Amino acid sequence: MGGALNGQVALVTGGNRGIGREIARVLGEQGARIVATATTPEGAERISADLAAQDIGGRGCVLDVTDDAAMSALLTQMEKDHSAPTILVNNAGITRDQLLLRMKDEDWDAVIATNLRAVYRLSKLCVRDMLKRHYGRIINVTSVVGAMGNAGQSNYAAAKAGVAGFTRAMAREVAARQITVNCVAPGFIRTDMTDGLNEAHRAALMQQIPAGRLGTVADVAAAVAYLASPQSGYVTGQTLHVNGGLWMG
Amino acid sequence: MDNVAERVKKVVVEQLGVNEDEVTNEASFVDDLGADSLDTVELVMALEEEFDCEIPDEEAEKIATVQQAIDYVSAHMPTKDA
Repeated sequence: MGGALNGQVALVTGGNRGIGREIARVLGEQGARIVATATTPEGAERISADLAAQDIGGRGCVLDVTDDAAMSALLTQMEKDHSAPTILVNNAGITRDQLLLRMKDEDWDAVIATNLRAVYRLSKLCVRDMLKRHYGRIINVTSVVGAMGNAGQSNYAAAKAGVAGFTRAMAREVAARQITVNCVAPGFIRTDMTDGLNEAHRAALMQQIPAGRLGTVADVAAAVAYLASPQSGYVTGQTLHVNGGLWMG
Repeated sequence: MDNVAERVKKVVVEQLGVNEDEVTNEASFVDDLGADSLDTVELVMALEEEFDCEIPDEEAEKIATVQQAIDYVSAHMPTKDA
């Protein structure tokens, strides 16, 4: 197993299901050593087993991205092991959908903490070593919803749009050190999350997608792999939309 | 003390890519040595590594000249070298 990312280490949050799992697999397939996080020990074990079964170097580990101390500890450990990430994929995310008038403050706060604040925290922790190396790739998984909005997702849209703004600002700070910071914004992707939608909602959705199909996790992972590659070094502060034409900046 | 000063200057030379003779004790990283804000952050990181110490952000902000870096490091170095 080897390729374009040989010798690199990729940290992927939310790596045990859906999009994150595929991102970990694809980056691993290209030779990166993978550290993928899950919120439960069972999830972490599943990641480790998954990677081993595919002959990919790396492991799953438990991480709550809202736990600052746990994130610092993970990065300190990785630096100690001489495996500080050269690629960071901030993928972990949650939804707490509710019309604004019914939204509870806890729903707002939880989504902002996991989807926005954690991106800031983890990027800050990882960029230190990237600065020393004069190399790094940070990819933040956002959403088409951050660009076009979606009824019932004001918290999620705010967090994702926030990440895009953060990405552009950070990209400017570190561009001179060969560190790029970009977003990949999936549209509607077949995952456990979208499988939960009802038929009518799904049909209405398909009407709006020029490509005529839902996206796949592979579509998203391929975009992430590009932005994680050494070849994408002149692309920074961007959002790469992977949505079948649903929304075109 | 001299040893500390020399090591600090060596880090500054490497980190900012300047000539040794420019790195006087009075030299300001930004005004005299052409450092930008990110350079100064990296410089502090390099000093932390060289001297195996941690420089808190509030303190790091006050280190603007070579002498200030030497003073800080001299005062906070792990005791084994003192």
